Amino acid sequence: MAQHRVTFPASEDAIRELRAGDEVLVDGHIIGIRDRTQVRIFDQGVAPPMDLNGAFLLHTAPGVRKVADGKYEKVCIGTTTSARMVRFTEPLGRDYGVRAICGKGGLPDEAIEPMKRLGMVYFAIVGGAAALETTQIEEIEEVYWEELMPECLWKFRVKDFGPLTVAIDSHGTSLYHDVQEQAKKRLEDLYARL
Amino acid sequence: MAVATDLQKVVEDAAAHLYVWALKDIPQDLRDALAEAAETETSVPGQRVLQTILRNVQVAEDEKNLVCQDTGIAVYYCRVGEHFPLHPARIYEALYDGTERATVEHPLRSNTVHTLTRENTGQNVGYRVPIVHWDFVQGWDGLDVKCVPKGSGSENMSFLKMCTPADGVAGIKRFVLDSIVGAGGKPCPPGIVGVGIGGSADYAMHLAKEAIARPVGTRNPDPLVAELEDELKDLLNETGIGPMGLGGDVTVLQCHIEHADTHMTLNPVAVNYQCWAARRASAHVSADGVVDYDREA
Repeated sequence: MAQHRVTFPASEDAIRELRAGDEVLVDGHIIGIRDRTQVRIFDQGVAPPMDLNGAFLLHTAPGVRKVADGKYEKVCIGTTTSARMVRFTEPLGRDYGVRAICGKGGLPDEAIEPMKRLGMVYFAIVGGAAALETTQIEEIEEVYWEELMPECLWKFRVKDFGPLTVAIDSHGTSLYHDVQEQAKKRLEDLYARL
Repeated sequence: MAVATDLQKVVEDAAAHLYVWALKDIPQDLRDALAEAAETETSVPGQRVLQTILRNVQVAEDEKNLVCQDTGIAVYYCRVGEHFPLHPARIYEALYDGTERATVEHPLRSNTVHTLTRENTGQNVGYRVPIVHWDFVQGWDGLDVKCVPKGSGSENMSFLKMCTPADGVAGIKRFVLDSIVGAGGKPCPPGIVGVGIGGSADYAMHLAKEAIARPVGTRNPDPLVAELEDELKDLLNETGIGPMGLGGDVTVLQCHIEHADTHMTLNPVAVNYQCWAARRASAHVSADGVVDYDREA
């Protein structure tokens, strides 16, 4: 289980180097996105007003404070459950060149094949660890679709963001899949003892 | 009326304080349970998760920030003495106003929406929100208030099954195991598995919610139920789901069970999950309005 530091936006080559179980620290720019943001992009057909090529998407609805000049200041930024948004995985990679999706709790198995084919990765963050995550976000640089507050499209500049775990890699391995398979086997033994 | 009005303000102030306090400063029993989990865990991703959790709890304290960004749905547990001089209708109003005020003043992210329109209904308050569990105590003039801001990641992992009496205790255990394996990493494990058994369908879930609010690792006073708590905790930790569902030894910190007697043909079992950031904060309010905050209740 190797350790990596990756700057986003990132290339396909950089993503293909990552293997399930590896630890990653992220620098550069990451994009905050959530249910309503993706419903707008894919179900309502509104193109996002920023370039998502090579992007790192974070499943979040940040707690923020509005300050002067239309800017926002961070209050508490954490991560939400990803599984609800799995159906957007393939179009994000295919149509917009997204390279990484980061959230908590994992993506169901239907994400494995498109991530392998398109060269994408799912990073597991520690859900609930928002106090720490907030310190790793240096600045909220851009905000679009404020009417969806807090489910807007956010651009954050980050430093030492993580540690993240590569939970689904671009080679067809998903830790969630493996853990579930193992748990199902263990359950058979446990049932026998009830 | 002057006394009652003042007391209502006292309860409102307490609610406002409890909501923010719960979000920032997790209780010592929970910190101990998380530290113990970190000592036990042998998997690399699991250890990475637990060390990050411990670091996060410290950062929240140092930065005076929220432990988790999900300010939850405000749930209060009230034990009201029969001689407490403020009627529960006014206690509810005080909890509502306190929740709203804390949300505006901090500011906290507001999560409450209308169930059909999904439009935000206000500052973490709305129709029938906050949610209050009531308990009434004979021969007492005090009030205990516990605030549990319940995150949605774990609340979404709630399950109910009407087992048959023939399914027995084995059926209860199996349903709890299946629920926690099925939930995987989504409810932010390792947390507290609240189980409600008996009563009726709705009451079983109510009991499960009571169970998650207990101090971490306390045991049901009924020895039969306490034994089941120990057994289920161990069984759940054999599933290998691990911290954040990435695989490992520690899937749950605790299993708490509350029970009620039930109908001879019923065997309801409800599971309500509480994430590792099992936030709670309590206050005791005396009849003359003295508030004693309690970190461990």
